[in-house]
Amino acid sequence: MENKGLNKVDLIFEKIEPKEVLIKAFKMSSAEIIQNMLDSGLKGRGGAGFPTGLKWKYTAAEKSSEKYIVCNADEGEPGTFKDREILERVSDKVHGGMAIAGKAIGAKMGIVYLRGEYRYMLPKLMIELDSFHKMIKEIGYDFNIEYRMGSGAYICGEESALFESIEGKRGEPRNKPPYPTVSGVFDKPTSINNVETLVTAMMIIQHGAKNFTQYGTKDSRGSKVFSVSGDTPTPGIFELELGMTVQQFVNVFGDGDTKAVQVGGASGFCVPRKKFAETIIGFEGVPTGGSMKLFNSSRSMYNLLHNYLDFFTEESCGQCTPCRVGCQQLLKGVEKVKKGEAKSTYLNELMKLADSMKIAAKCGLGQSVGNAFKSIVGNFREEIIY
Amino acid sequence: MYQVGNLVKELSDKHGRMRESLMPILQEIVQKHNYLTDEAMVEVARELDISAAEVYGTASFYTFLDTQVKGKYVIRVCKTITCSMKGKSDIIQTLEDMLKIKIGETTTDKQFSLIETNCIGWCHKAPAILINEMPYTELTPEKVSTIIKDYMQK
Ligand SMILES: Cc1cc2nc3c(=O)[nH]c(=O)nc-3n(C[C@H](O)[C@H](O)[C@H](O)COP(=O)(O)O)c2cc1C
Ligand code: SF4
Repeated sequence: MENKGLNKVDLIFEKIEPKEVLIKAFKMSSAEIIQNMLDSGLKGRGGAGFPTGLKWKYTAAEKSSEKYIVCNADEGEPGTFKDREILERVSDKVHGGMAIAGKAIGAKMGIVYLRGEYRYMLPKLMIELDSFHKMIKEIGYDFNIEYRMGSGAYICGEESALFESIEGKRGEPRNKPPYPTVSGVFDKPTSINNVETLVTAMMIIQHGAKNFTQYGTKDSRGSKVFSVSGDTPTPGIFELELGMTVQQFVNVFGDGDTKAVQVGGASGFCVPRKKFAETIIGFEGVPTGGSMKLFNSSRSMYNLLHNYLDFFTEESCGQCTPCRVGCQQLLKGVEKVKKGEAKSTYLNELMKLADSMKIAAKCGLGQSVGNAFKSIVGNFREEIIY
Repeated sequence: MYQVGNLVKELSDKHGRMRESLMPILQEIVQKHNYLTDEAMVEVARELDISAAEVYGTASFYTFLDTQVKGKYVIRVCKTITCSMKGKSDIIQTLEDMLKIKIGETTTDKQFSLIETNCIGWCHKAPAILINEMPYTELTPEKVSTIIKDYMQK
């Protein structure tokens, strides 16, 4: 496996002249912008990792006079706080990335869906959006962005739930297909991208696809902003090249006593110490939207698991049974085992339940509860029982 | 209990009367009055020409669109793992002692409500809370008591 080691990169927060990049992009054809994205190998930074170039290509191919580019700034995954930092420091690049995406797919309208927990940022963002609109006008281009606020629901980060929420409804995920590229917000072709994806796209236009591909590995191109928290002397935001091992990460960010790293938040995977060296952080190993939580040997993995199951039980939209009931049963189940009310072999039943949820749940929330559950129970079984 | 008066009409003029106007309208009512009364939701339904059940159904889905009485200052304490590991319980203890309420309750003078919430995106500066929109981070019992004293004097 390719291993690039741990290297700091400065792309997302790099100082640029957004106006010049936009002028460059607007001179390109839609196909040229999309080709740049395809050549760069950029995959979505919101967690699912769908190739951005393909998403834009599919949306561009739809015939409709009305299309949308939606920026997903719902950032609800426990342990992720990089989108807030990006919006605080370089919102001009987020707005710029949306305009470039708009040009690529043929959308004149952009919507940023910002989580309610970040409402305090809105006054500043509105001022920055004003300057952005002025700049776009100066260039002589027609593109408009609006902000919509969430109201405290993790599920609204799921793309189709997010559309429902923008439309003024309960944030309940839709059936797929149709995919957003065909029928997204207001049932119009929509490309929905994460905050960081849009900024990265802008930087690819600035530096060229080739420059971007020098970073990362075959499966995970470029760099990524990591949100580092937990038992670490240096919590915070770090942009790192993709393709390092968890061991390399822990060597830099650990406190010398790291027992496990939860990669990708509550819906991600728990990597125990014995697997640090062999696990690559990236789409070929453990994928992540950027959440990296370190736990040292004083921490109880039962508490971690319980906290996550509690989170999912509360945040499940309740629309489908495997997830609504499954989350509750997993939570009750581990409590019973811990209290000695159920035998430890009951955990095997719960593991099977987590597998069924992966297959039967309607959306990514229910489908990924098993990631944390299985990797925590699988690696720290004794801690769950005793 | 508050009177919605002309507020719903004003907000509908501002945000529109389409289905997509619903969230911004409800959000602004909550910003002004801390929670949604039945009267407010019925009024919004009338203004947007949709059923009151639709309005209630939407509002009740979102934790920030409270349909129960809430105080002027809603304190949300993050309970997700990092904040839990970094002293959330001490923060809650301090808040409960100062406000003389438990988690989930509102003070009798309707000034403060205290609730727990899921990850608010400040794990690197845990423990963290929100008071209405404002985040407060890297809290200690001393820090949080100074902050609350300030709010008490507002
Ligand atoms: C339960 C759930 C929550 C999600 N939350 C977010 C989020 O907060 N931010 C985000 O960008 N993507 C989130 N996603 C992924 C989105 O559905 C979508 O894949 C993403 O916004 C696409 O953008 P990207 O291709 O640029 O990553 C979530 C998915 C699920 C299933
Ligand atoms: S998997 Fe969970 S969150 Fe997703 S639709 Fe089903 S109940 Fe809702």
